[in-house]
Amino acid sequence: MTTLLEAPPAIADLPARKIKRQNRLAWIAKHSIAIVLVIMFLTPVIYLVLLSLMTSNQALTSDYWPNTWHPENYVKVFRSTPLPHYLLNTMIYAVSSTVLTLASSVPAAYALAKLKFRGRNALFLTIICVMMLPPQVVTVPLYLMWARYGLTGSLAPLIIPALFGDAFCIFLLRQFLLTIPSEYLDAARVDGCGEWRTLLRVVLPMARPGIAAAGLFQFFYCWNDYYGPLLYTSENENSWTLTLGLASFRTVHHVDWNLVTAATVLAMAPLIIIFFFAQRAFVQGITLTGFKG
Amino acid sequence: MSAIRLRRSLTTLSFLAPALIGIAVFFVYPLISAVYFSFTKFDLLSVPQWVGLDNYKRMADDPFLLQSVRNTLWMVAVFVPARIIGAIGLSMLLTQLRRGAGFFRTVFYLPALVPPVAATIAFVYLLKPGTGPVDHFLEKIGISGPLWFNSPTWAKPSLVLLGLWAIGDLMVIFLAAVLGVPESLYEAASLDGANAWHRFKSITLPSIRPVILFAAVTGVIYTLQYFDQAAVAGSIASGQATVGAGISQSFGYPEGSTFTYPLWLYTVGFRYNALGYANALAIALFVVALAVTVILMRRAKAFSGEES
Repeated sequence: MTTLLEAPPAIADLPARKIKRQNRLAWIAKHSIAIVLVIMFLTPVIYLVLLSLMTSNQALTSDYWPNTWHPENYVKVFRSTPLPHYLLNTMIYAVSSTVLTLASSVPAAYALAKLKFRGRNALFLTIICVMMLPPQVVTVPLYLMWARYGLTGSLAPLIIPALFGDAFCIFLLRQFLLTIPSEYLDAARVDGCGEWRTLLRVVLPMARPGIAAAGLFQFFYCWNDYYGPLLYTSENENSWTLTLGLASFRTVHHVDWNLVTAATVLAMAPLIIIFFFAQRAFVQGITLTGFKG
Repeated sequence: MSAIRLRRSLTTLSFLAPALIGIAVFFVYPLISAVYFSFTKFDLLSVPQWVGLDNYKRMADDPFLLQSVRNTLWMVAVFVPARIIGAIGLSMLLTQLRRGAGFFRTVFYLPALVPPVAATIAFVYLLKPGTGPVDHFLEKIGISGPLWFNSPTWAKPSLVLLGLWAIGDLMVIFLAAVLGVPESLYEAASLDGANAWHRFKSITLPSIRPVILFAAVTGVIYTLQYFDQAAVAGSIASGQATVGAGISQSFGYPEGSTFTYPLWLYTVGFRYNALGYANALAIALFVVALAVTVILMRRAKAFSGEES
């Protein structure tokens, strides 16, 4: 065992200057790797943006840089394709699903985190099971269920389930609510607040960051969802969302890669903008999904 | 006394009611009917007919099933570890950078925000054989690039590249775990003369082991349901006219190399309308996913962070 007094030989043998140089070399190496990685991570997005600003002919070549700039591609893609319609459907899906999911999940998460009742652990484990369930397992029965009510071909099968909570959202909110000290709730109860009032008046204001994170996740999930819209809306183009439209775009407007990429950029831009405004809530939310080490 | 308890139970129930209905209608009911349907034969127009174990026997000699299972297992074996190693590597790098760590973290995270469908389209274009920018660049440095999404050998590795690009959320989880390791442990090890690799191996890795397990389990579950990227990559790279649900015609392109288990399930159910068989495939998927989840459940203590 080395004691504190014995300097470890590996370091003691090195003159101070050499250590300094080694540190500087390590610093340069680490930052070089990081910069190379930055280039690799950013290139696809930058390239996509550049491509969306080319003429349709140049977009077929292997050029990186537009000869002439065509920002009007973005207007064109709005005017000459059903993109606005896809965008509207995606907005309807994402906004209503997010609002309804939060409204139905917050009370359940609160009960799981702060109320004592029989079967609480069993319910929590069930929710983890639901969260882990690949959606494909229940696809056929659910599809038949929606078809029986004549709702396939519309956005309804995507939005209605949001009324009944979302497993991941409940899980995330519960993890967040556990971090709120119970003393605050007890104080409210002593003051005569019922559980619902405690939730609305005391817990909700304190849980804002967690609710923001859960809402963002739900919004992003809906915005990016491809499997759901493919399953339920592909038979009716009027209900197509952005993702479904994008995947079919290339074949409908097959030569115009510049327009395809313009539409692709438009599909990702809102998410990146939202992220920059809500970065903290987001990172905190992701951290909550991982479990305590 | 019991009136108070009854009221309290009713209050709790009012909190839980929507979620309980949701679990019953969108989880329990479809799961039970999937089990029932898996013993029947029917399509969208006919009534289910009891066929016993026929659907399960059929799985034994279904060449497409075998191919899709192979592809999904390949993804589990390569995609999941690649993402975990990549995420640990990135988060270790981030903790080493003193200047600009916030900038680097944001950049590494950004691709995770790109919708998978959009990211897949971008990658198919970036990796276009011959004229795509990546092959163009490789040619300049004297390497003749592969056919990427158009090659049966390279299509799955291309999907792995796509998954590594969008590694951000996993990286954030690992970063939080790595930063959570007490600094004093490292200091003690440094005094003992441990070099960076030793410190990583004997301090960081053991400390973040629960997170690695979590990432492995959720990664396997994610890979079992891997659908969007494989479907879109096949469609875009094949250049076939596939619109809406017609996308299933190009599933697996090229030569079935991206044909994952969920793609086969979707094809059986919604292209061939063999709904009984599709449910048998769904139940098989459920059993595997459940088994993987149980591994995580065993560690549920670390998961729940109970206060009482």
